[in-house]
Amino acid sequence: MASRDLHGIDPPWGEFRHVGRASRKVDGLAKATGAAVYTDDISLPGMLHAKLLRSPHAHARILAIDTTRARALPGVRGIITGEDLPVKYGILPWTQDETALAVSKVRHVGEPVAAVAAVDEDTANEALKLIQVDYEPLHTYTDPFESLSRNDPPIHEHHKTGNISKHVHLSFGEVDAALSRADVVVEDDYFFHGTTHAAIEPHCALARYGAEGVLTLWSSTQISHYVHRALAHVLGLPAHRIRVIQPCLGGAFGGKSDPFSLEFVTAKLSMLSGRPVKLLYTREEVFYTHRGRHPMHMRYKTGATRDGRLTGVDAKIVIDGGAYSSFGLVTTYYAGQLLTGPYDFPTYRFDSTRVFTNKPACGPKRGHGSVQPRFAFEVQLDEIAEKLNMDPIEIRRRNLIAASTTTVNGQRITSNGVAQCLDFVEKASGWTSRRGRLGPGRGLGVAASMYISGTNYPIYPNPMPQAAVQLKVDRSGLVTVFSGANDIGQGSNSVAQYLVAEELGLALDQVRVVSADTDLCPVDLGAYSSRETFMVGNALIDACRKIRPQLVQAVADKWKVDGTRIRFVNGVVGDLEDASHSMSATEAICLAEERFDALGATGAYNTPTLGGDYRGGTIGASPAYSFTAHVAEVSVDIETGRITCPNVWIAHDCGRALNPMLVAGQMEGSAYMGVAEALMEHHDVYPSGLHKGPSLLDYRIPTSVDTPALHALIVESLDPEGPYGAKEAGEGPLHPSIPAISNAVFDAVGIRLRQLPFTPGRVLTALRARAKEVSAETARAGGPR
Amino acid sequence: MLRLPRFELRQPTSVAEAAGMLQDLGPGAVVLAGGTDLLPNMKHELLTPAVVVSLGRIEALRGIRVEADGSMVIGAMTTIAEVASSPVVAERAPCLAQAAGLIAGPQLRRAGTLGGNVLLDTRCQYYNQSHFWRQALGFCLKKDGTACHVVVGGARCVAAAAADSAPALMTLGASLELERAGARRAVAVEDFWVSDGIVNRRMLPGEILVSIRIPPTPPGHRGAYGKLRERGSIDFPLLGVATRIDLDPKGVIERAELVLTALAARPRRVNEASTSLRGLRPLTPAFDEAVREVAGMAERRCRTLSNLSGDTAWRQAMIPVYVRRTLHAAIAGSGPVHHL
Repeated sequence: MASRDLHGIDPPWGEFRHVGRASRKVDGLAKATGAAVYTDDISLPGMLHAKLLRSPHAHARILAIDTTRARALPGVRGIITGEDLPVKYGILPWTQDETALAVSKVRHVGEPVAAVAAVDEDTANEALKLIQVDYEPLHTYTDPFESLSRNDPPIHEHHKTGNISKHVHLSFGEVDAALSRADVVVEDDYFFHGTTHAAIEPHCALARYGAEGVLTLWSSTQISHYVHRALAHVLGLPAHRIRVIQPCLGGAFGGKSDPFSLEFVTAKLSMLSGRPVKLLYTREEVFYTHRGRHPMHMRYKTGATRDGRLTGVDAKIVIDGGAYSSFGLVTTYYAGQLLTGPYDFPTYRFDSTRVFTNKPACGPKRGHGSVQPRFAFEVQLDEIAEKLNMDPIEIRRRNLIAASTTTVNGQRITSNGVAQCLDFVEKASGWTSRRGRLGPGRGLGVAASMYISGTNYPIYPNPMPQAAVQLKVDRSGLVTVFSGANDIGQGSNSVAQYLVAEELGLALDQVRVVSADTDLCPVDLGAYSSRETFMVGNALIDACRKIRPQLVQAVADKWKVDGTRIRFVNGVVGDLEDASHSMSATEAICLAEERFDALGATGAYNTPTLGGDYRGGTIGASPAYSFTAHVAEVSVDIETGRITCPNVWIAHDCGRALNPMLVAGQMEGSAYMGVAEALMEHHDVYPSGLHKGPSLLDYRIPTSVDTPALHALIVESLDPEGPYGAKEAGEGPLHPSIPAISNAVFDAVGIRLRQLPFTPGRVLTALRARAKEVSAETARAGGPR
Repeated sequence: MLRLPRFELRQPTSVAEAAGMLQDLGPGAVVLAGGTDLLPNMKHELLTPAVVVSLGRIEALRGIRVEADGSMVIGAMTTIAEVASSPVVAERAPCLAQAAGLIAGPQLRRAGTLGGNVLLDTRCQYYNQSHFWRQALGFCLKKDGTACHVVVGGARCVAAAAADSAPALMTLGASLELERAGARRAVAVEDFWVSDGIVNRRMLPGEILVSIRIPPTPPGHRGAYGKLRERGSIDFPLLGVATRIDLDPKGVIERAELVLTALAARPRRVNEASTSLRGLRPLTPAFDEAVREVAGMAERRCRTLSNLSGDTAWRQAMIPVYVRRTLHAAIAGSGPVHHL
């Protein structure tokens, strides 16, 4: 038993009892009844409240900070500035360019400059107003193209490549030759506008530095392990004197996958004051914290043969990164590396540049780095189909990669259900019978995509397991799972329960999960890159398979039969050949405890060696890929330009659906988020760098009445390496939403939407331009016939 | 979460008691109805009153009644949800019922009151923001500053009237009953709003809105409301269009009214609607032509400003579309005109 073992796709006891069923989430009732405890629900004796003073300038030198008056305010228990937490951090070890509070300069409006801890929130807020900061404003960069061409003043003084955050250029095969040989070439510019996560729960942290010298941090994070490391690094404490706990969490979507200012600030203020300190961001502060989807300016050139086969793809991408690196290095790679499926690219080249600007930093949002290029490419593919007069589904079918293959950039593909995904959405949407017959202003559009189930490369290079779990089994009949994984609502704790109950033949209520507490749980890298089900799932099976033989042997010895006859089924143990033999699983556990002493096991997972043999070749390499296809139906009001989207059919290949209800939930949630980004959401700043509307009134996400009917169609291509064949479902299903809508609008009214978001004003302008073109064409053709 | 500034809460049980309190407390006090506009504005530090006088315990301010002469009187504290779902309002003032049904979302309609909506503060993308945000931008002339960010160099506040009920009440010829210590008066809604974004209401210090009186409408009365907004719920209007068409017993238009809101500091009446449509018979080519003319006239009469978020040119382009659709909806007895 080891972290690189393959566990197979078969049920452990003949047939599945829990896997494949629509079981409840382990925390569903607690959330529905209000009993769930989120970080902000926790209150400790003597607790102080902290608030952050934030910069009103987008780019400025800090000349002086005077906290004298604030310190004198009754009720204030601590004030810190950048000088108190000067150690730089960042999620990636190569690009550590952030500090908890600004040191010497600020780089975006809303950057934290000072922090106050006081006896209550009002006192802390009052103290903020008494802090005097003198700034010297500097030139503000809000246009990424300016950052490309200008370094003076630099946004980061000591950055080796000026205002360029990261540049990646990779080429596979002879792209230029392939494009020149193509029968049809389409080249166009596409723009993705930038959006944010808008999770319901704002970021919150509570720190307690105890007299024994141990720091405990409760935080709404999706990466407790990296927060643990970052705290040790910034605070100068040994990691074993820090405990990070993630309580119940109200949504993350990638927006809680960096270490954030509040985590360091509360810790430091607690160390200084000797009191617990809590900080809850306001909604406005969440917008300044951001780490949302990068705006991307994308130029794509794609060639194809007359029969619709792709010959080459050439991409040039400029990425607006905002003020800090965050995951930007990975984003810059992902923007190119994750496009090489589900279609075969015989040749491919991308040139991707991320620049710094004076805006809240971008980072990972559901479908990190690949949603924007997917939008551009899937629209471009439709344009090729249009030129070839080919059905948009047909052109996709002609280019699909197979299962068990390698992509042009060296990604190993195992299972692949994309062909079935296209079949499903084609049938469910009535594509062949309805397309073109829906009436004026209505249309259907298709798009497909591929996404990773975790990556093979940990964020900081190390040879240790990427996922690890521990099981405690005792005479109560309960199995406790200790898992470092972060359940952010996606259901990783529930999946852990289903898998352990399945593997050990227990009833679901015999398994409870303790997660994301660094004192109790083995290290897991966290909830990002859609890795939890795949990696933690494999680690759980690994652990269970160490316990299972002990349970079986204890029973077999008791009944004096061969172990192969023993079956554990939903909490009851039986003998395949003698029906008079029966006991509860709890009795079996007691026998095993008697026989083998205290029962427990650890389990781990590590990816195989993957990726292309070139610099950056491992980034985007995943042990398994999920596949998706969407058909969107739209209706366009040609007088108002408003797009309504009544239906989206979502077919997603998640490998084995461990709980189809949770898979469908992820598919619906993903498609909802994609539709929102296509039609409404826009994270944007004024030329001064000030956010245009940092509230949920001005940053509009669809309400229930704005949401399409979402039809989830699950495809299960059992993956040889996933737990029972499972792959990811949380991010892949977002990708096709946006291009499918653009393609449906073309089908409906003949305009190509290449710039996001598809606001009614923009659509109306395009419709009017199109009407002029049509009338000019009609005139050229000799008037209406 | 943003903190609500500290204040003292008073809860009178009669209008007279409330009016007396307001007289005693002077300008440091504000009136709380449903709180759906006031409380967010207080969190943004747009108002920082020492005392808040809640009208929530004054039963006399609630309810919808029809008087002997056929006038409908709606208590100022009647919830928007009640106005939206009242068969009496739907029959006598369909435009108001439709407008109420499109205010905010279901939860806010159950908390918010008709009086509160009538007295809604004007809105602007540079004003309805937190203290930090406004400070970062530079305070504006509506609050704490001297500059206008909508009309650069402008000396007059152009924050938008954003109450959906206001234009509907104008088409209905409604009047407002106001009470202050020892005095009661009625004012026609037509004369109530002024084009000043800072304070667009003609209200005297210490005055309380008691009720809204809507004169009887004839049997041939029709009305509809059109609302432009980005989402199907919650959002304030980017454009509001209230229409009224009264048909005589022969089916000829004897009265037509058109009022637009959410563009400037006060709702805007388009007088041409009355003159162009009167005497016409609906569903005739002449009527359709007149509607198109009125729609074009409305667009020319109004200039959309960037006072609200969103695409200003699109809001302007939607004026004729929504005017035309709303007039047709009034005739058809349908509506509201809304994208969902």
